[in-house]
Amino acid sequence: MRSTRIKGGRVIDPETGIDGLCDILVEDGTIIKVEKTDAQPSGTKHAGQNPELATPNTELDIIDASGKLVVPGLIDMHTHLREPGHEYKETIQTGCLAAAHGGFVSICCMPNTEPVNDNQSVTDYILRKANMACGVRVYPVGAISRGLRGQSLAEYGEMKAAGVVAVSDDGNPVMDAQLMRRALEYAKGFGLLVISHCEDRNLTADGVMNEGVTATRLGLAGIPNASETVMVARDIALSELTGTRLHIAHVSTEGSVRLIREAKARGLSVTAETAPHYFSLTEEAVINYDTNAKVHPPLRTAKDRDAVREGLADGTIDVIASDHAPHSTVEKDLEFDAAANGLIGLETSLPLSLKLVETGILNLGNLVTKMSINPARILELKHIGLKVGNPADLTIIDLEKGFQVDANTFRSKSRNTPFNGWQLTGRAILTMVGGKVVFRED
Amino acid sequence: MRFDKKDLLDMESLSVEEIELILDTAESLKEISTRAIKKVPTLRGKTVVHFFYEPSTRTRTSFEIAAKRLSADTVSLSGSASSIVKGETLIDTAKNLEAMNPDAIVLRHSAAGAPQMIARFVQASVINAGDGMHAHPTQALLDMMTVREKKGHLSGLRIAIIGDIAHSRVARSNIVGFVKMGARVILASPPTMIPKGIETLGAPVRYHIREAVQGADVIIVLRIQKERQQPFLFPSEREYAQCYGLTAESLVGAKDDVLIMHPGPLNRGVEIAPEVADGPYSVILEQVANGVALRMAILYLLLGGPR
Repeated sequence: MRSTRIKGGRVIDPETGIDGLCDILVEDGTIIKVEKTDAQPSGTKHAGQNPELATPNTELDIIDASGKLVVPGLIDMHTHLREPGHEYKETIQTGCLAAAHGGFVSICCMPNTEPVNDNQSVTDYILRKANMACGVRVYPVGAISRGLRGQSLAEYGEMKAAGVVAVSDDGNPVMDAQLMRRALEYAKGFGLLVISHCEDRNLTADGVMNEGVTATRLGLAGIPNASETVMVARDIALSELTGTRLHIAHVSTEGSVRLIREAKARGLSVTAETAPHYFSLTEEAVINYDTNAKVHPPLRTAKDRDAVREGLADGTIDVIASDHAPHSTVEKDLEFDAAANGLIGLETSLPLSLKLVETGILNLGNLVTKMSINPARILELKHIGLKVGNPADLTIIDLEKGFQVDANTFRSKSRNTPFNGWQLTGRAILTMVGGKVVFRED
Repeated sequence: MRFDKKDLLDMESLSVEEIELILDTAESLKEISTRAIKKVPTLRGKTVVHFFYEPSTRTRTSFEIAAKRLSADTVSLSGSASSIVKGETLIDTAKNLEAMNPDAIVLRHSAAGAPQMIARFVQASVINAGDGMHAHPTQALLDMMTVREKKGHLSGLRIAIIGDIAHSRVARSNIVGFVKMGARVILASPPTMIPKGIETLGAPVRYHIREAVQGADVIIVLRIQKERQQPFLFPSEREYAQCYGLTAESLVGAKDDVLIMHPGPLNRGVEIAPEVADGPYSVILEQVANGVALRMAILYLLLGGPR
């Protein structure tokens, strides 16, 4: 029998309500005990002096977490792993390594691969590859429409059986409102979550960044806020019509936040996520035509960024998800108009989110809720939080650790981040999935 | 004063003094084009690559003539004839051109920011000959040269810019340039063709052409860019001509010595009536003539001195 004791850390788990110094005892990959220890300053602690836990016939590994934060393993609801089809940008393996490096125990991967994950054989393939990766759990998201073409429903029953946890046409909006209605209804039959990429393609037209002063000055075609907001309004109406829960991906506008807040106030089962770049950056990141800041939806104005922060603070936005979108220099070292949309986030998501704690927008409990508890609830995962009996999925965070973002140290295959060179504080130093350490900082 | 910039990319990065130096230089070089032998040896041994990803007649010819009158060797590439067709990226093309050691690359490109991008990769001076909807600094400078020549100064003048502001790099560069030189710029256009926040550049917006024309010293008419048009911007050319076209009638209220300008090519009978384009206030062809002198000045200032 093999046991691990995670010792002396400050455990925060909003699911069980724990916030304090605890030891977590893990046996065979499962949490068997979470016990409070005295809140002594670390200098008075004596390693190994808690004899009643270390039973003689157990091999005990000690992970010293004193001075560190121990939280339920982070879950990223929105990543792109690029495999199958675009393995030069990211593979399931490198994506999982990046996730572990960023503190994530579980990730959802979007279906816009090649071929599209709109059938069980692609889902099978992804899960098989994920099993051979570093141990991070991968939850595939299937397509809403066959081939992401927005014309007919994909086969949800078969995909659900193969293991998808949700459906989304992410990257593409479902422009046909009738198809979206049917998708919501049909998904309900299988208990599948529908994740909506809210965008009106006609309003986006040839836009490549946020419509506004910066786009005007740079001579780039703009994407108005309404491109997102009108679709959020439509999908909320369709969720109400069909009585189906709806999850809105990557919220970027003030108007979307307002609509979601109203929908929640009316008791509709609408949830929402945003990504760190929407609460960290504005359209001004595009000045100098930095293609690493080209993303869909686009980086918006300070007003929108503040509304997103407010939505996070008041619970309107349930989840922080990275929208990790790897691209190689082949897609990014181009004219701004021609460059691909998207930026990588798995390895910067936590430190950027910790800034929200630093600035008082969230407390640590809220942060854990948005990066672990809420994603698990929304995805209806079996095991939530650090409950006894749950698999030992946890993240140890060093809140004090200051560092400079250096994309060359990323485990991801791609380097497309607008945060390179940023000075940040706090990051994951150990990631454990089912009792197995999948990342540990040297 | 010395001009020590490597590139000419936009109007934002030029100071008032630099603009004045460019205009003064252009004025002094203008005379060369009137000589029997229109050539001076100033840029002998320099190589200028004219790289036009986007079709252009006027600007390209103007640049080539300017370079040749200064005795530079010129090479001309077009998008359709170059390796862009074979899938080469702009950066690779720029690096390959750089390897041949040119002194200047004059770039016209449909993507905003393209000249900025290649300027980071090459030692040669990059001259923006128009990038997407972003900037067309030599056009703005030749417009300013033309106005200064006629009016003696730029500050205090009332400049009306009429037409498709949204898609116009000429409008953006002219607004920035004229405002910087102390002129008052007023825009007029259908609301569908006014880009968000354009007034933050210092130019108020009017929806009626007469309001903008009122008291104008200069009227710059912009082209309806049929090649860039998105749907639904205006119902028909007929209605555009009626409501926003510059006609003898809509000129009423402008100053008596108003200058009518247009960056070309003209859509006669759409944004500008033939009688206005060819009328007594029009300086459209003088703009073209000044274009050569202005571009000679740019080449001279970027390549002529020790840098």
